[in-house]
Amino acid sequence: MRQRKPSFSWRKVTESKLFFPLIAFALILLFDFIVVPGFFNIQVREGNLYGSLIDILRNGSTISLLAIGMTLVIATGGVDLSVGAVMAIAASVAALLMNPYVLATELPPNLMKLINDPNFTYLPLWIVILVALIVAIICGLWNGLLVAYVKIQPMVATLILMIAGRGIAQLITNGVRIQIFYKPYAFIGQGWIVLPFSLYIVALVFAIAWLLTRKTAIGMFIESVGINARSSFYSGIEEKKIKLLAYTFCGLCAGIAGLVASSNIKTSDAFNIGMTNELDAILAVVIGGTLMSGGRFSLLASIIGAWIIQGITTSMYAVGVPAFALQAIKGVVVILVILLYSEQVRGLVRRFGVQKGA
Amino acid sequence: MRRRSSNKPASARWQRWLMSDSDRPVVEMRGINKAFPGVQALSNVDFSLMRGEIHAIVGENGAGKSTLIKVLTGVEKQDAGVVTLEGEEVTIRSPLDAQKLGISTVYQEINLCPNLTVAENILIGREPKRLGGVHWKAMNAQAKQALQHLDIDIDVTQTLGSYSVAIQQMAAIARALGISSAKILILDEPTSSLDIHETAQLFGVMRKLKSEGVAIVFITHFIDQVYEISDRITVLRNGSLVGTFDTSEIPRLDLIAKMIGRNLTEFDEMSQIKLRSSQQIKGEALLEAEQFGLTGAIEPLDLELHAGEVLGFAGLLGSGRTETAHLLFGIEKPDSGTIRFAGHLVKRFSPLASISRGVALCPEDRKEAGVVDELTVRENIILALQASRGWFRYLSTQQQYETADRYIKLLNIATPSADQPVRNLSGGNQQKVILARWLATNPQILILDEPTRGIDVGAKAEIQKLVLSLAEEGKSCVFISSELEEVLRTSHRIVVLRDRKKITELSGAVDEHVIMQAMAGGES
Repeated sequence: MRQRKPSFSWRKVTESKLFFPLIAFALILLFDFIVVPGFFNIQVREGNLYGSLIDILRNGSTISLLAIGMTLVIATGGVDLSVGAVMAIAASVAALLMNPYVLATELPPNLMKLINDPNFTYLPLWIVILVALIVAIICGLWNGLLVAYVKIQPMVATLILMIAGRGIAQLITNGVRIQIFYKPYAFIGQGWIVLPFSLYIVALVFAIAWLLTRKTAIGMFIESVGINARSSFYSGIEEKKIKLLAYTFCGLCAGIAGLVASSNIKTSDAFNIGMTNELDAILAVVIGGTLMSGGRFSLLASIIGAWIIQGITTSMYAVGVPAFALQAIKGVVVILVILLYSEQVRGLVRRFGVQKGA
Repeated sequence: MRRRSSNKPASARWQRWLMSDSDRPVVEMRGINKAFPGVQALSNVDFSLMRGEIHAIVGENGAGKSTLIKVLTGVEKQDAGVVTLEGEEVTIRSPLDAQKLGISTVYQEINLCPNLTVAENILIGREPKRLGGVHWKAMNAQAKQALQHLDIDIDVTQTLGSYSVAIQQMAAIARALGISSAKILILDEPTSSLDIHETAQLFGVMRKLKSEGVAIVFITHFIDQVYEISDRITVLRNGSLVGTFDTSEIPRLDLIAKMIGRNLTEFDEMSQIKLRSSQQIKGEALLEAEQFGLTGAIEPLDLELHAGEVLGFAGLLGSGRTETAHLLFGIEKPDSGTIRFAGHLVKRFSPLASISRGVALCPEDRKEAGVVDELTVRENIILALQASRGWFRYLSTQQQYETADRYIKLLNIATPSADQPVRNLSGGNQQKVILARWLATNPQILILDEPTRGIDVGAKAEIQKLVLSLAEEGKSCVFISSELEEVLRTSHRIVVLRDRKKITELSGAVDEHVIMQAMAGGES
């Protein structure tokens, strides 16, 4: 009988997709541990947990959500540049449906006072969320159709919505930044049930994505299409439908991320919500070890990738790096992380392990 | 004494060597060892190459031919052993290093750019310069000259892709020879995608180079060609050297026996199976095509395929063999005629629809349309089966391993485990994985397009036998191959194609010459 059980070895550990992301994340935390006093302190207030570590996870939830969807798209050999814009669209739709009176020029006084009433919503919250997510799904479908059926290169196809999307988001709110006063909506991004509520959303989306890709054949088909679309087609895989699914799911994830982000700042700000988030999401996936050319992917590694990016930001703020210098420093750290990934460095680590093991 | 390989200009080295005793080998490799994870690719292999000889290296898939060449060309570094070049020990660090030493290689898959002109391909990286730019006129002239040296006269300003594979191969050779005026030329399966005439043309070039003193290493799976062109033969098996023989002194059967390490009773066995299975062919057609065709691909043709029958397609490259197979499998949709499968009119044309009808296609282009190289052997084997089950009826891990292990055993696939990425397997074993993928779908009709291209004699015989035994089980096969002998051996009935047209259909005891005439056209 062939031996199936994975035996524990240095080689196996270093070859795992999770190995390098975890090392990188650990290094960032180590840096914080040394430099920032009390970084790992976690306070308990009213049964909820607070602290810098929790902040990294909470603030990283938008990028995590985007990274989940982006992982599937990149695994098919594509990329979705429009996720930031889709976030803005979803946020605008949600804000408008909760309080359409904001757009009116003149209002009778009885409606006027509803505008900043924290208990007022025009439509029930579940309908608001449902409609916003349906709109996000339609955005994803649009991308998927362009890439899979019209056969436009993914970068170009999604660039269309990346640029047009923010315009659409502004059209929806008539160019107005709508402040969101409805209190229950704020819970999505700011609520706390022991841990921040947005973490539960990430966990749920992650679980759905994982079940969808690993407990059905879809994950294997996505990888197969990403590695060799022609072979996959010859083997009977409907590679167009697989791509359509990936982009649609990515749109849905972007929509959810848009709701979280707008709930966080209590505003639907078509200009700023999700700005450059698509690049962070792509980076998170790359740090998670999925190749831009497609193929093998790991959802968990992508999420760790998102935490790494958020970890860098949070630690820089904690050390007192001013916001304007942050991008530059982030760039340097990203280079270091990516260096960790090069085959050369990996080979070095493996050889080190072999010597140690021998 | 260990010398740096680049401390002396190659030309001086050669000159000195040419003046010395010419019985000394140009290249000598002694005690070469090379291991890859899980595989000992070469163990203690010796190899020597004389000036002006054509030396064939033969062996089954995974015998170590490619690895030996990779060591010689600096792609891989040997774990142990010595390489000497005209008597001096050298360390070949990279393909570039090898080129500087006068070793040039033309690989199985042509590594040129089809969208550049022939001249650009031949001289890329060494373009003649004028005023800081490329001297196009001189470049085209040089390229033309290089090809004329090989007795090829074509317009070198056309893109490479507009010429046949054979011409592309010649351009690759011209390029290889041009680099540091190679004295050692390695041809890795150069004839695997050439037809008869093109092969003859290539052999002409090889003889010419041989007469000029170039030492040629020729790797091939075609035994006929080994006997036609080579002076000596080195046989490898499972990474070990079986021996080096003078071509004139070793009979074919002995050679094949040495290659596969067993006797060749298989061919007799095969003709018996064929005889048995031909009696079982059913009367009614499993597949009927009427005036079935696609403009630009294949002219309308009629086809019939019965259960338990092997139908061979004979024809030259570009005769429409592959196009017909693609239409039958639904890669492309026909624009004329009808096709019936088990009496039902086929309306949906797609690979998935074909798979669910019980049709399978093992495509010609293994690398581009066959394997998914990063996926494991197991995933590759279950891919089509899973595709036919859809997204949600996912085979359990246990079912996957059972299926994979069954076919790894049945087809003798050499892999350390079912979890090995397919790209780590040799070409022939990859081909078996593709076959396994289709057998796993339990097809009624199996279309095999060049299933034995680039694989060794032993595996070829296994595949031919497999086809016949499938027929015996009542399945039908369409067998497409450039090797006429193979088509004759396996097929009950043969369709001859030429210039995208069905020319004729032959059955019973078919004479090879009749088919060749039909393939070649009118003149007798």
